[in-house]
Amino acid sequence: MNIRSQISMVFHLDKCIGCHTCSIACKNVWTDRKGAEYMWWNNVETKPGTGYPTKWEDQEIYKGGWDKNGDTVSLRGAGKLRGLKNIFHNPNMPVLEDYYEPWTYKYSDLFTAPEGNDQPTARPVSLVTGEHIDVKAGPNWDDDLGGSPDYARKDVNFKALTPSEQESLFQLEQMTMFYLPRICNHCLNPACVASCPSGAIYKRGEDGIVLINQERCRAWRMCVTACPYKKSYYNWNTGKSEKCILCYPRLESGQAPACMHSCVGRIRYLGVMLYDADRIEQVASAPERDLVDAQLGIYVDPFDENVIKAAKANGIADSTIRAAQLSPVWKFVKQWGIALPLHPEFRTIPNLFYVPPMLPAMASVDADGVYDSHTESLWAGIEKSRLPMQYLASLFTAGDTERMKLVLKKLLAVKISRRNTTVGDLSAKEVADALEGGRTNAKEADAIFRLTSLATFEERFVIPPAHREESIEMLEDTGDVKGNTGFGFKLKPARGL
Amino acid sequence: MWGEQTDVCESADWYNSKFIVSMGANLGMTRTPDIHFFSEARHNGSKTVVMSPDFSMVAKHADQWIPAHAGSDGAFWMAVTHVILKEWHVDKQTPYFMDYVKRYTDSPFLVRLDKKGDHFAPGRLMRAKEVNEYKNVTNGDWKFLMADAATGALITPKGTMGYRWDEQQGNWNLKFENGTDNRAYDPELTFLNKHDEVLQVEFLDYGHQHLAKRGVPVRYITTVDGERVPVATIYDITMGQYGVGRGLAGEYPADYNDKNASYTPAWQEIFTGIGRNTAIKFAREWAGTAEATKGRCMVIVGAAINHWFHGNLMYRSAIMAQMLTGCNGRNGGGMNHYVGQEKLAPVDSWGTIMSGKDHGTVPRLQQAPIWHYINSSQWRYDNNQADYNSVPNDANPLARKHSADWVLMSVRNGWMPFFPQYNKSNLDIARDARKEGAQTEADIRDYVVRKLKSKELDYSVADPDDPINFPRNWFIWRGNALMSSAKGHEYMLNHYLGTHHNDIANEVAGEYVTDIKYREKSPSGKMDLVVDINFRMDTSALYSDIVLPTASWYEKADLNSTDMHSFIHPLSEAVPPVWEAKTDWQIFQSIAKKVSEMAKTHFPAPVTDIVNVALSHDSADEITQPRLLDWTKGECEPIPGKTMHKIVVIDRDYTQIHNKFITLGEGVAKQGLGAHGVKYECADVYQEMLEKKNHVQVVDGKEYPSLREDVEACDAVLKLSTLTNGKLNMRGYQMLEKKTGLALTDLAEGLQAVRIDYKDLQTRPHRYNTSAVWSGLMNDGRAYAAYTFQVDRLVPWRTLTGRQHIYMDHDGYIMFGEHLPTYKPSPLPQVYGDIRKTVNDGKARMLNCLTPHGKWHIHSTYGDTLRMLTLSRGMEPCWMSEKDAADLGIKDNDWVEVYNDHGVYCTRACVSSRIPRGVCIVYHSPERTYTVPKSQVRGGRRAGGHNSFTRVHLKPSLMVGGYGQFSFHFNYWGPVGANRDTHVLVRKMEKVEF
Ligand code: SF4
Ligand code: SF4
Repeated sequence: MNIRSQISMVFHLDKCIGCHTCSIACKNVWTDRKGAEYMWWNNVETKPGTGYPTKWEDQEIYKGGWDKNGDTVSLRGAGKLRGLKNIFHNPNMPVLEDYYEPWTYKYSDLFTAPEGNDQPTARPVSLVTGEHIDVKAGPNWDDDLGGSPDYARKDVNFKALTPSEQESLFQLEQMTMFYLPRICNHCLNPACVASCPSGAIYKRGEDGIVLINQERCRAWRMCVTACPYKKSYYNWNTGKSEKCILCYPRLESGQAPACMHSCVGRIRYLGVMLYDADRIEQVASAPERDLVDAQLGIYVDPFDENVIKAAKANGIADSTIRAAQLSPVWKFVKQWGIALPLHPEFRTIPNLFYVPPMLPAMASVDADGVYDSHTESLWAGIEKSRLPMQYLASLFTAGDTERMKLVLKKLLAVKISRRNTTVGDLSAKEVADALEGGRTNAKEADAIFRLTSLATFEERFVIPPAHREESIEMLEDTGDVKGNTGFGFKLKPARGL
Repeated sequence: MWGEQTDVCESADWYNSKFIVSMGANLGMTRTPDIHFFSEARHNGSKTVVMSPDFSMVAKHADQWIPAHAGSDGAFWMAVTHVILKEWHVDKQTPYFMDYVKRYTDSPFLVRLDKKGDHFAPGRLMRAKEVNEYKNVTNGDWKFLMADAATGALITPKGTMGYRWDEQQGNWNLKFENGTDNRAYDPELTFLNKHDEVLQVEFLDYGHQHLAKRGVPVRYITTVDGERVPVATIYDITMGQYGVGRGLAGEYPADYNDKNASYTPAWQEIFTGIGRNTAIKFAREWAGTAEATKGRCMVIVGAAINHWFHGNLMYRSAIMAQMLTGCNGRNGGGMNHYVGQEKLAPVDSWGTIMSGKDHGTVPRLQQAPIWHYINSSQWRYDNNQADYNSVPNDANPLARKHSADWVLMSVRNGWMPFFPQYNKSNLDIARDARKEGAQTEADIRDYVVRKLKSKELDYSVADPDDPINFPRNWFIWRGNALMSSAKGHEYMLNHYLGTHHNDIANEVAGEYVTDIKYREKSPSGKMDLVVDINFRMDTSALYSDIVLPTASWYEKADLNSTDMHSFIHPLSEAVPPVWEAKTDWQIFQSIAKKVSEMAKTHFPAPVTDIVNVALSHDSADEITQPRLLDWTKGECEPIPGKTMHKIVVIDRDYTQIHNKFITLGEGVAKQGLGAHGVKYECADVYQEMLEKKNHVQVVDGKEYPSLREDVEACDAVLKLSTLTNGKLNMRGYQMLEKKTGLALTDLAEGLQAVRIDYKDLQTRPHRYNTSAVWSGLMNDGRAYAAYTFQVDRLVPWRTLTGRQHIYMDHDGYIMFGEHLPTYKPSPLPQVYGDIRKTVNDGKARMLNCLTPHGKWHIHSTYGDTLRMLTLSRGMEPCWMSEKDAADLGIKDNDWVEVYNDHGVYCTRACVSSRIPRGVCIVYHSPERTYTVPKSQVRGGRRAGGHNSFTRVHLKPSLMVGGYGQFSFHFNYWGPVGANRDTHVLVRKMEKVEF
């Protein structure tokens, strides 16, 4: 047992409102710079949709993540060796068009336009070239199912559905959407780290945050290809790659990351998970159908005496162990099993988990076009889910629809159980059936409801305190590159990976 | 229905609801900080339903999505109420519901049935003074009648408006007591079991244009004139209206599947496209939840309901379902509409300071849609409202008058204000009156009335195109009055500014108007000066002569409040205003200073001014006009403040404006403060303020509390409001105790020590006090929900009957056929006048264009920042359905023109399966400042924005006055500038030029 501590997260998708406040907070703090305009370390996508950069999930195109290779895994597209051979030609790397060309408006025209018959208007100009551009893409182009024929219909996760099943998803009676906020997953098996020929990317020992050392980065851009989530970006101005740093300066001072702190929908949770680093390879190479279970197995019980002992042996502070015991992530992911990793089949073992959305029940439309959405009981069962299970399973369980159903049944059971407590107008049988179907009980349902609906800021973000002794140690020889972010340390720290 | 406008629950109360319907509100988009309460409630076992024609952002949080056709929501609710009445009031009589409607609604009041040929029609409420028992009561026109269930005797229950304004106080409450002798009674809700006769009464279904006759049980009353009149309870008439038979004769529907009979579940299917079973099940779930939780079912409504021409009827139809299931005035229940008219929480002190009433000033407060409708000449393009307003065929001819004639009648009768006032300077009128011997104020008033009668003096609104009547100077403050709120934007460009515009509509009103003067040539460019006070370069700023840059939120000390929560927000100057910007308070102060200086030359001595003031709500004005009578037609004598507006004579000393601006006037100490009919003394607090010697101003040797600094003004508001001063709060309740005869001061007891000032607000959020000026109780951490004060403490609503109104018996409502809740279909595009001249050459399609509030916008503000534009499509696109787009050969992101007679907007298409066919959406609001190409359909001229294709339409029934809750109150009562019924043509743009 080799116990490490990892800052992990849960995003409760049912609560996400697609407001993008998180994206703005991140942008204003970290990427409001030349060369970084197009970067959105935090972005929010409308699903179904192709996302940002467009079709990032399609590894046929981008070759990100890991392939299972017997009992181990190998990088799909950008191994150090393969990468080096393709230094000058990397066909799998997203280009600016796959993201979008950032723009502004020529506001000066409003003031300098000569007298004329018409009001002046400011036209868009590229932030890269300064020329007029025809805006054709943006970081959130398919917002709220915008351009659904061109974007939503091309969602990679539809692969498992027949064309007619796909088409029905865009009709009144079944159409739906939800939001998927994304940041770097600070993976346990980060493809970005593995792909870097310069060894510039590393995973911090004390909390598992994945960082790019701006001094060592040599612009190979292998991480851009390797990260299957497309969360490493190349800054064309500085010639270095950059990525989400989980606001570590904030975390170190006890504050939640900017995106989480500002989250208006209160969907975000952050906490410590203890895991067994000896099992990373085994988990990453598990058969597809076992991937989720294998990943969940790597996180160990912070109340277990043996775990605590092993953690201490590895230099994990008591305060961090206490934080792990209070972690909301532990509850959602392990205790209740209702938060799932995004695309576990990429095999990077991501540390950001999602509670799936509930969405309205499916309706029907008759021959005269009359729409009917009544349900027999107050809530439709999950068979009436607008999104097919295969779709959700493609996102969160590597295709395991049964597991997906179970999670949704549990969420439904919470509603029914709380209805029973607060109103009491459901039959005892309906309540009992729902709890059984969700493999839960009234007490657990109550706890889930409380952390979902009533959690305070302190309960949502349980941040292990930084230790003064560690910060002194870290400050030694730390390079500070002005205008850049992601600075790290040159000397190997005493603890960690 | 409530005599109140924006009283709603704070968003925290959504969480307390067990059945939430979001209708025409897009919480995810426009209530971003609050919607978490909605989804959190859902995890707590509350059912969530979203009614919206498109799959909107909030729809994702719904358990059930009901995409009723745009504008048809009212039909759905009519059917829901039909089911509720049938199953929960008739088949079984749900005790909670029955008790609630008896006590808190007007259901038991008696209405006279008027004979109409072989049948009857519901008429006016029976007045106390009409019967022998009560013929001598005071305010007998404003006290109404019920029957006692036990004895059958007539009762004039306490709490009606007559009791509110009686000299003898203490009878304005909702106790089941007879007003004249305190006798206890039990209201008789229905005459079904004890009636003299069942009469056939007419009920008009505007959906099918069908007049049904249905049996209603009546009793006969003998009036003081010896007339024997049939009366029915409002409850029984409501049953007739909704087609719930109860075994009575007449055209009652056979069952829920009767498509031809209003208002069955099958009937609504025709208008909404929503299946009958959905409506039936919805009604059962709603009522079942309301019964189990005692009314914790709510509807959240937004502009997407409010801004339809028949928005008032949609509201009423939903409120009916709530009233009949006891959901109003309950935490977690009610009709919670959040539409622009923000709640200025400390209204009691703020209202006085903002209007200068502390110095005895009489302000001129205007109702905006009326003002723009007339002054920007939009009325000239409007045909007769009767052509699109579904007016009953046999209605009083008044109901067939043009909206502009209604405005004129409304202004003359004192229902709505209008400025400019007269076709002669107010100062000249007063001067001439004096010349002719007028000495007292009354003399001047008489003089004005005389001149009006003889037509030597006329209202500006009677002839708006006479240059003497033009408004000349326009200060735009913080609104984007020329774009985001400028319904009829192109008309404003034309008639206000005289600049290039794209309206091509014909001026047709000449054929229809009879009273307002229609001149052949319409004036262009009425305004001499447009000044914009703004922190953005928006469309209004672009068109203004002068832009005064103002501080934004975190550059100034200011207060902000909303109906979404019960806190007052201190803005705070985190950084000083950038460049030359000043705070709004300082900008107005410098203008005041300059004017005062100039006045020394131009108006060195005080002059007399005359101000017309509309009959106002929450004052005895609201019981002045029991009948709709027009003095200009000789139907009554013109008596200011009674049959016409008030005429206030006031001396103005323009040299003193600045001094008054920077000081808090003694009026506060002398008259006290208050709002919504609540008043309290505050001389002692005024004195306390004078003792803060660092914060006084000395004018002519006399000390006043200072308002010079922004923080001083904020503190004055806070010190003098019941919401932030516990001592004054107690006085508010004491006053109301006297008025109602109820014990109320316990509500203020625990709060007496509260004193919140600006610094306190900056230190940490403070919830404000439960106050008598508002209707929600917040003691002990309770979430604010409107009318909990009424329901828990039996304080009347500020309505005619003191109860919530199902029935509206104003003559205007009866003539327009809106005395009962009903459904009127949206005006047809053919008669609405959007597309008369615009020709479809086959390359375009006509769509209903909706302009709801957009993502990341507060109207147009912030949506145009680079960040937000980057996260959207760089502009405000036109959202359209896949089918409509495909038929027009339009692909996503293609350029399109959206146009009609009023103007044109050029933008890109956003093609989406979440938009239904026949509808397109341009979110409110684009700006002319970025990415507006030239229109091809207008010959290469620059296109406009989302208000380029709208025009104001005014619904006459919303401008009546002097009658109970139908009395003017600034920013409360008046017509909506309806814009949801707009139709446009959409076509692909062949050529894009800038
Ligand atoms: S999400 Fe991508 S960038 Fe982040 S740690 Fe994982 S592989 Fe690296
Ligand atoms: S701030 Fe929160 S609710 Fe808003 S989009 Fe981001 S994750 Fe969703």
